[in-house]
Order: sequence, then structure tokens, then C-alpha cells
Amino acid sequence: MPLAVELRGVGFAYGGGQPVLREVDLAVEAGEFVAVAGPNGGGKTTLLRVVLGLEHAGTGTVRLFGEPAQSFSGRSRLGYLAQRSQLTIDAPATVREVVSAGRVPLRGLLGGLRVSDRRAVTEAIARVGLEREADRPLTRLSGGQQQRAFIAKALAAEPALLALDEPTTGVDSEAQETLADLLERLHQELGVTILYVSHEFGAVEGFVERLVLVRGDIVFDGSPADLPGIWHDPSHLHA
Amino acid sequence: MQLAFAAGIVVGLLAPAVGFFLVQRRLSLIGDGIGHVAFAGVAAGTLLGLPIVLTALVTSVAGAVGIEWLRSRRRAAGDQALALVFYTGIAAGVVLISLAGALDVDLFAYLFGSLLTVTRTDVLVIAVLGATGLAVIAGLYRALSAVVLDEEGARVAGVPIGALNVVTAVLAAITIAVSMRLVGILLIAALMVLPVVAATRVAWSLRSTMLLGMAIGLASVLVGLTVAYYADLPPGGTIVLLAAGATLAAALIESAREGRSGSQHPR
Repeated sequence: MPLAVELRGVGFAYGGGQPVLREVDLAVEAGEFVAVAGPNGGGKTTLLRVVLGLEHAGTGTVRLFGEPAQSFSGRSRLGYLAQRSQLTIDAPATVREVVSAGRVPLRGLLGGLRVSDRRAVTEAIARVGLEREADRPLTRLSGGQQQRAFIAKALAAEPALLALDEPTTGVDSEAQETLADLLERLHQELGVTILYVSHEFGAVEGFVERLVLVRGDIVFDGSPADLPGIWHDPSHLHA
Repeated sequence: MQLAFAAGIVVGLLAPAVGFFLVQRRLSLIGDGIGHVAFAGVAAGTLLGLPIVLTALVTSVAGAVGIEWLRSRRRAAGDQALALVFYTGIAAGVVLISLAGALDVDLFAYLFGSLLTVTRTDVLVIAVLGATGLAVIAGLYRALSAVVLDEEGARVAGVPIGALNVVTAVLAAITIAVSMRLVGILLIAALMVLPVVAATRVAWSLRSTMLLGMAIGLASVLVGLTVAYYADLPPGGTIVLLAAGATLAAALIESAREGRSGSQHPR
């Protein structure tokens, strides 16, 4: 079975400036739950964007499930939760409408939703615990609930890879705990590969199998339990 | 007047349907920019003796695609791209219309709308283009909504954002070309935006926002045409003032509703 994510010698710089990523090698097996952590400006979000094909690697190769990331044929099965995933429009889109949008890539541009799509949407909403809010506008929900709606949108596509960029930014500690429980459950029940990017790895080290620390290149890759104590000191990480 | 009403039904439905996607993506002013390019098309049609709806359609589509190209290639910031096309369009229009020696009352009708300039041929062209535009929106509604709701997520999932942006820009150009006779080049953008802004205040879902916006647009056009006819007023201004009134009324309804329920949006 091909690796879910494979980076070989990847380098990247924005607009010909200083390199943000240098000679990054990373291999993620299908079904792994990997946290990518590091200081602000360390390149972890860039790494995620390169993996997802949103940015072109300047050097090296990026593959998703054995195919080049830029021309990956299974894009409809990639779930992505951007930083501060909250509704940016004024119109009162409901939870069900947002989650239904997750099925569009599977059905094509002109395809309507079928019974199986509606069922997948309802199941995704239930998985994140928003059944009672399904027909309420997102603008009436808390930041944590909006975030869960966007996770449900990603789940509705029945993703092979779920990528989350700083999902705890802007939500309270209760919502962060709910999110951690939800992701752990999704990983166990669905076996989906998860890439979780966060600048505060303390929030995720308790429930991930593997922690990757990025600071331009990869400075640690292993079990959170094996993380040298010095890395827990933020002043070291940010130095 | 019957011809104006027939064209008005198409314009009243199409303008807010297209405007819905522009407003949600913070591109409300793009209609204004394309309208100014349409002016160059009106001038070119007058100078060359060609069908004016056709020349306005061609220049509008070219302007819309140009704005989208400049934006997507990041050759210019969104507002700069708009400004470039906006001013080039109006300048070209003034020069061409001057060359045609047509700085007269007919020009005023194109800028601000007129009940008298709509012909049977116009209605036919407006009906065909309008029906095409509405059919495209109906077919692509889910895909266009997916982009509106989460552009980056849609891009990752392989939705062709660039192609959909061009389709949206071309739809805006078609809307302007079919609406300029009735509402006027300088006012059509308002009919694309105001009904949607009004609907956003009182609707309960994304779909209801669009449908309510279309209903407000249609009502504004039909009532506006009637008032303009009996009060001898310019139809474009009358229609847009009604749409602005609907926006104000919707804001008042929203305030009253929130005041009654004492609702605070949860953080």
C-alpha cells in the first residue's frame, strides 16, 4: 500500500526569499495520526500547504498515495480544515448546507445530491454532535461549533486524508477538548489518516501516535513519549 | 410598456441571482466595473452601426475575463484590477461615443435606463441570454456555493476554482448586457447587490438568501417600472431606490427581530 504522504528533499521559499523549508523528508503511512508542530514561522503550515498541493515545492518531490501531489487524482477525498475555519460570508448558511458542500467534489460540478449523499451528510453532522443545530445558520453558533461543522464538511467527503491547520486557534479550552476527543474517535472508528498542524504541541501530544517538529527542517520525528524534555521548554523551541 | 415588463422579469431574477455569488465573495463592485466597460461597447456599437446589446456583451465579457485574469494571476490587487478596467472602459466609451457624434439623449437612456428603448428584438435577446444565465446558475449552484462557503477547502478537494470564477465573471457581464436598456449601465450593479444585501438580513439559509434576493429584485423591477411609467420617472433610478428601500426595511426587520428575542450571537 502506498504511503499516504511522502516528501523527499522538499525545499520551499516564498517569492524567491529565504527558504521556509529545507530538505524535508517525511513519510506518513495510511491511517496514521501525525501532529506537525513547531514555532510560528517555522514552516509547518507551509509544509501542510505543500503536501496538499496549494503551494509548489521548489525542490524535491511530494506524493499523495503514490501520486504526485500536484496531479493527485483522488483530490475529492482530501479533507482540509484551514486556520480559523469559520464562515466568512454574511449569508446565513446552515450547518447542513456547509456540510453538503463537502460532497460537491465527489459528485462533479453539475451533479445534484443523491440519497446516499444526503445520508453521508446526516452521518457527518451526527459524528460531530451537531444534529440539533443541523438546520441552524452557522452565524448563530459558537466558534467551536462552527469549527465542528467544517470538520463535518471534510468528513462528508469520506476523506482518505484529513488535514487540519491550527484547529485550536480562536476556540475556548472546552471546544479544544471536544475537538481532541472527536479527532481521537474519528481516527479509531474511521481509520482516516490525519495531519494535525499546531504551534502548541502540548494540545495534541496526549493523543497522537507521532509528533513531527518543524523548524525549517524536521528537528524531531517520533512518539511524543520520546520527545526530549528540552523541547517542552518553549524558549528552546522558539529560539 | 409590455416589452419593458417582459425584459424586467428576466432582469429582476437574473441580476440578484448572479449578484448573490459576488456579494458573498466581497466582489460587489465588480458589476460597476463591468458596467463601465459595457459603456465602451455601447459606444462601439453606435460608432460601427452594430447591434448595441451584442457589442456591449462582447466588451463586458472581455472586461470581466480581464478583471478575473488580473486578479487570479495576482498581476494587480483586486481593487486595482477593477480600477484599471473601470477607467479604461469609461475613457474608451467617451472617446468612441464622441467619434460617433452621439453625445445625446439616447446615450442618457443607456446610462440610466429607459422604458422606451426596449424593442422586440431586445426582449428576445434578453430572454435567451437571461434564461441561459439562470440555467447555468441552477446547474452550478452547488459548486459555486461550495466555493463561496470554503474556497480553500474546495481548491484542495479539486474543485476548479479558476474556471468557476471566470463563469461568475461572464455571468455578471451577461447580466449587465441584458439589463442596461432597462436599468442603465450606471445602476445595474445596484440591482445585483442591494436585493441580496436585503435578503441576507432576513433569510434563514443560503438557498433562501438567494431566492429571497431574486424575489426582492423582481418586485423592485416590476413595481419600479410601474411607478416610472405612471410618474414619468427614469426606470433605473426608480428601481434602484425601491431596492434600497427594501434593504433599509430588511435591516429594520432584522433589528426588531434581534431586539425582540434579545439574541446575542454566541462567541
